[in-house]
Amino acid sequence: MALRELKVCLLGDTGVGKSSIVWRFVEDSFDPNINPTIGASFMTKTVPHQNELHKFLIWDTAGQERFRALAPMYYRGSTAAIIVYDITKEETFLTLKNWVKELRQHGPPNIVVAIAGNKCDLNDVREVLEKDAKDYADSINAVFVETSAKNAININELFIEISKRIPSANAGATSGKGFKLRRQSSEVERRCC
Amino acid sequence: MNEEYDVIVLGTGLTECILSGIMSVNGKKVLHMDRNSYYGGESASITPLEDLYKRFNIPGSPPECMGRGRDWNVDLIPKFLMANGQLVKMLLFTEVTRYLDFKVIEGSFVYKGGKIYKVPSTEAEALTSSLMGMFEKRRFKKFLSYVANFDENDSKTLECVDPKKTTMRDVYKKFDLGQDVIDFTGHALALYRTDEYLDQPCLETINRIKLYSESLARYGKSPYLYPLYGLGELPQGFARLSAIYGGTYMLNKPIEELVMENGKIVGVKSEGEVARCKQLICDPSYVSDRVTKVGQVIRVICILSHPIKNTNDANSCQIIIPQNQVNRKSDIYVCMISYAHNVAAQGKYIAIVSTTVETNDPEREIKPVLELLEPIEQKFVSISDMYAPTDVGTDSQIFISRTYDPTTHFETTCNDIKDIYKRMMGSEFDFEEMKRKKSDIFGEDQ
Repeated sequence: MALRELKVCLLGDTGVGKSSIVWRFVEDSFDPNINPTIGASFMTKTVPHQNELHKFLIWDTAGQERFRALAPMYYRGSTAAIIVYDITKEETFLTLKNWVKELRQHGPPNIVVAIAGNKCDLNDVREVLEKDAKDYADSINAVFVETSAKNAININELFIEISKRIPSANAGATSGKGFKLRRQSSEVERRCC
Repeated sequence: MNEEYDVIVLGTGLTECILSGIMSVNGKKVLHMDRNSYYGGESASITPLEDLYKRFNIPGSPPECMGRGRDWNVDLIPKFLMANGQLVKMLLFTEVTRYLDFKVIEGSFVYKGGKIYKVPSTEAEALTSSLMGMFEKRRFKKFLSYVANFDENDSKTLECVDPKKTTMRDVYKKFDLGQDVIDFTGHALALYRTDEYLDQPCLETINRIKLYSESLARYGKSPYLYPLYGLGELPQGFARLSAIYGGTYMLNKPIEELVMENGKIVGVKSEGEVARCKQLICDPSYVSDRVTKVGQVIRVICILSHPIKNTNDANSCQIIIPQNQVNRKSDIYVCMISYAHNVAAQGKYIAIVSTTVETNDPEREIKPVLELLEPIEQKFVSISDMYAPTDVGTDSQIFISRTYDPTTHFETTCNDIKDIYKRMMGSEFDFEEMKRKKSDIFGEDQ
């Protein structure tokens, strides 16, 4: 099966559960005391989709969203973006539109957008109606699911929906790719003359 | 921001971002602010193209032939990375290289007698190059193998040369190298901008030639690397490293005051709030009373729709115009990159000419070089002052970076970083200090 590496970036206000969603997806665990994001450079997980393997390279904000200081590099080359809000905090839904705007401004033109209404296990303190969020997501042609990182609800489904939206390979061939720098290994001698 | 930090950093240029990363990785609590709304300060890549026009006060907006403004990321300061140089080492030790993709610069050229010649990148190329005559080539080859084996701690390799005493002029004499070869070696390989090095001890020059050949050996073609999307990606990558290790980032923060107590920095005031700190790192623009002007650089960004003539249609290259070819004291450099590096619209090239200002009419100084680039679709000219700190921070605990100089690579920037580190920490800089202190990659690549 062909392996495709897909960069996914996370957006959304501080404290909505961006890291928890990825943590649940990648490690299938949940830590209620997870720190405001520090310490995760990026996280990966591979899932099969039709006759391909999708390897998600998920970039966490490293806390740079707190004062709106995400660098353009963060969005660069992303296939998909997951914008997260907290269903128990209306203001995190209201700022969603700013994140979408930010993404339109800095993100690649054909990026797949997914909206996740997190903490759906806290239904009794809900402030955002599912229908309102769904309507908004539909209006911008985004994937929409309500998730609970804590109870493992809809986390895998979120990524399955993203996989479905990703155009098949060769569709968006970009200009020449570069390479990653590596340490010089003494065993691998360059061809001698 | 009303908190106590170990270190506050002002300005998000490359020097500041690398130091910020090192401090965070080593457990310091860092607050990093910039008055601009973008990362990179002077070492930013400007996007979209409309912003570059605004920045240089060019009336109107870019014409349609320039394509989409967002396809452009134009460096303000032209530089390449030496493939075996210190910045690459810093990228590898910090693993910031994970965030970046690179391409090799396709060729390095040197200007001689009104023409452009390829700097030989292999021995075979050297032997067929029209830069030197046959006998010169033999002597040059002998010189190169001497340099390659040179080890300052092994007297057998030195052949009676004292690395710290013998001048480079005398080393050239020893190998009976002619003026043309000396010019080419000193300026295109050792990358000196003036001829002052000739009367200095030879060790530094020999190390520079070694760096050039070892860098060249990494990828062939040329010793230089360039990151896709522009040099502005470098500070962003190190800022991310700092953030992952707990650094706090704020852009768009006007800095109102450095708060001092008994001549020592204790905090920074921004938008009426004071963040306290023990040490401060900043670029010269935040402390105009603690720096002095050390020179001027002219840089001309030229947008072209064609590769530079006689470069085999390279989509990236460097051209060195040695000082004596144009009756100057310092060399002129051209760094060219293109759409192939995601810094320009399809089919467009960006050539940046730069050099130290020597007269009152700097634009005239670079005129012969601009002629090599014609036709030029749009020019953006800047003449900027270079600053160095007058306060080294011993008492004030304010540590100021130097302005980016006209060298063609980042070696001097890295020396500045090492020097600031030493002054701040009281111990020699060690690349090991930059290594990430814990596993921070999760999932399958652990």
